[in-house]
Amino acid sequence: MIKKIVNIMVLISLILLIGCTKSGPTQLNVMAHDSFAVSEAIIKEFEQANDVKVNIIMSGDTGSALNQAILTKASPNADVFYGVDNTFLSRALGADIFETYSSPILKDIPDQFQLDKNNRALPVDYGDVCINYDKAYFAEKKLTLPQTLDDLLKPEYRGLLVVENPAVSSPGLAFLLATIANYGPEGYLNYWQQLRANNLVVVNDWNTAYYTNFSGSTGKGLQPLVVSYNTSPAAEVVYATEKLNEAPTASLVGPGMCFRQIEFVGILKGTRHLALAQKFVDFMLSRTFQEDMPLKIFMYPVNANASLPVEFTKFVQMPEKATFIDPEKIATNLDTWINQWRKTVLE
Amino acid sequence: MRKSSWLLWFIPLLFLGLFFLYPLTAIFGLALRSTGQGWTSFPWQRVGSILGFTIFQAALSTLLTVLVGLPAAFLFGRYDFKGKKLLRVLSTLPFILPTVVVAAGFNAIIGPHGLLNLLLMQIWHLGQPPIQILNTLAAILLAHVFYNTAVVIRTVGSSLEQLDPRLEQASRTLGASPWRSFWEVTLPLLRNSLASAALVVFLFDFTSFGVILLMGGPQFATLEVEIYYQTMQLLNLPLAAWLSAIQLGCTLILTILILRRGGGLPIPVAPRLSHSTNRQIRSRGERVFLIVMMVLLVALLVMPLVALVLRSLTKLDVVRSGNNAISGFTLQYYRELFINRQQSLFYVPPVEALRNSFFYALAASGLALFFGSLATYAILQKSRWNKFFDPLIMLPMGTSAVTLGLGFIIVFATLPNARDYYPILIPIAHSLVALPFVVRVLQPALASIPSSLKQVAATLGASPWQVWFKVELPIASRAAAVAGLFAFTISLGEFGATAFLSRPDIPTLPVAIYRFLSQPGSLNYGQALAMATILMALCALVMLVIDHINTVNR
Repeated sequence: MIKKIVNIMVLISLILLIGCTKSGPTQLNVMAHDSFAVSEAIIKEFEQANDVKVNIIMSGDTGSALNQAILTKASPNADVFYGVDNTFLSRALGADIFETYSSPILKDIPDQFQLDKNNRALPVDYGDVCINYDKAYFAEKKLTLPQTLDDLLKPEYRGLLVVENPAVSSPGLAFLLATIANYGPEGYLNYWQQLRANNLVVVNDWNTAYYTNFSGSTGKGLQPLVVSYNTSPAAEVVYATEKLNEAPTASLVGPGMCFRQIEFVGILKGTRHLALAQKFVDFMLSRTFQEDMPLKIFMYPVNANASLPVEFTKFVQMPEKATFIDPEKIATNLDTWINQWRKTVLE
Repeated sequence: MRKSSWLLWFIPLLFLGLFFLYPLTAIFGLALRSTGQGWTSFPWQRVGSILGFTIFQAALSTLLTVLVGLPAAFLFGRYDFKGKKLLRVLSTLPFILPTVVVAAGFNAIIGPHGLLNLLLMQIWHLGQPPIQILNTLAAILLAHVFYNTAVVIRTVGSSLEQLDPRLEQASRTLGASPWRSFWEVTLPLLRNSLASAALVVFLFDFTSFGVILLMGGPQFATLEVEIYYQTMQLLNLPLAAWLSAIQLGCTLILTILILRRGGGLPIPVAPRLSHSTNRQIRSRGERVFLIVMMVLLVALLVMPLVALVLRSLTKLDVVRSGNNAISGFTLQYYRELFINRQQSLFYVPPVEALRNSFFYALAASGLALFFGSLATYAILQKSRWNKFFDPLIMLPMGTSAVTLGLGFIIVFATLPNARDYYPILIPIAHSLVALPFVVRVLQPALASIPSSLKQVAATLGASPWQVWFKVELPIASRAAAVAGLFAFTISLGEFGATAFLSRPDIPTLPVAIYRFLSQPGSLNYGQALAMATILMALCALVMLVIDHINTVNR
């Protein structure tokens, strides 16, 4: 009873505050994490072609956005959700928030990206979390580059690597998963123990790691090795203060050193604009969007027909073989893996 | 209980109930119903050590903040000196800055390639930066002092300005030493506002999130950080709810304790309306005090801001390639802010972000002042309900932003066309955080007005409205200005709840700054610093104007 009264009062007060409701073209709400970006022109094009207004709702980082979608699944405030990655895929599918949609464009997308065989979560983009290195530092010290994860334990790289805390950072978690994929759930702690003995530096977030600790960034910190994305060198060129012909950084892509992140889009159950939502998903998988996206969010397109911007072909290193862990396995072990990591590395 | 007290409580409590307690109970309810993920036994040990550290760092931070803030409050409240207004504004600026920007500021000054470290390395020809405190407890304490000293300066300072100096003078005439008259006359009179300030500072530190995360590093976890981890990374709502409840419980207990001890008996003293009695610096001792405090405040509070501004004007690629930090002056990052180079849908024109942030802040401070003053009047009515309602008002400060943000999402984002309400919900969320602050600032000020003044006015034929307008308001206006100012700045810098309700078509400054900082590239970093500099400059301007109006009106 009280809850009802409160609900009604909330509604009334908000409606009073808002005034009358707007009319106009249909509104399609797209929920996304806050790294999402897209060109104005192609969204306008989509809106005109379908007589629709696309509202993007930014909902915090990857985990935060997904959790909001899960918690509001009874009455979702969006039609499409973009940004769940393979780390959280199993949680999203377990919570059953997505409609099945077998987009015709899926035929242009290689099988390796289609992790959900029921087509509830459709792949949009991918990238590898790799260690970036400061080219100038390694050239100046005439130091050879580490080729494997094992190499990082060598004394010549003592104190040179900074990583992010997997408990709060997405690239940090990805790198932890890379070590688990490489050494197995039994062996990875031993590896981290040795890494720690080799004066590993751990900070909480990507921002601190990259901008304060990493010597290859503007902060000119003390560590020439940082866990970041393999596309970061391209971003360094695109967002350089003065035009650069060469990236100041590059990625280490030796066997097992990177972890692949794939990001997915899905249609939220309970949408009232199913047909439009499907069109929007098609749009995100189409060449137009897929060719626009790399320089916006610095991820690779999954559509095999999409051509890459020159910054990607020139400055980005790709691992020969991508490292994966089954999303289901990640979901069940996440808490344990992170807790054990905390005990080994921090305490 | 008196009827008027009920009426006064009703409106702020309704607001609190609707926008705070309701979302909070909704999220707690959800936590109770969900099963959690793989959580079998309550991790007592871990929670215990986290709680211990949370209290420890908050207590230590508060102590340090008061140690710096109290003498500073004396400096501002008692003396006139050159540059006073500017220094006071500069010392309040930290409040508006999002933590990432503050971290960037500290990095620019004491980071491995910070200005201070470079200077020391050149003087002593060192190969390694001598100051390496980032990611230590010292960095947490430093950042907390940096953020919160202004709270002590402003709250205690404004009470001090209102204190009748004749009391202290009388005690001096009667033969008391300066120390004795300070300990036995002035300090007891300030007890109420000092307790308020310390409580607010403690709660800010107690629920600290960004500072712990960005300055402290991974080996430190407060309850707030753990709540974030349990909620966002693991979606373990039951454990997160328990942690939230512990945090709320601590807030409640502490508030009750402090209100009982510190706020027990406000001593009404005839307030001084003009500050014409402020002293000039005369004796040698006073001059030494002034210089020491100026150096301390500039070093602690102003240097990181200056370093930020300097970095925003420096070609950052030069910083990377050379060792000479101050070369390559450029306005490029400012110019670049006005260009949508990537033709992105989410390009944020700085003017627009500023305008949005200012409107939100204005609305939030209006709401907080309105509900806050009603609540303050209700508290002053001294009914027995105060025991329950007064601590209740403080609760939003002890609530995790993640918890409240999710509560908001569950309750309000599920309404039809929820997106349309976000522009209203954002200032409401901000005003919730500012409300406790407003009450704690207003309450000691209003309580110190002797009722005889009001009675005299009434006897002389003033209507209650006139009494309020002509007697109370002028006395309370200084406190109200301080309260409003902080509500405004809290809103400008708030990011926790805003991140949940952000709409890219109505961006705010902190959101824009975060966007820049989330990608590599010196252009992004430079633009973030430039945006932060613009934010600081405009806020400084607004504060100078407010301070100016406030002095002229007296």
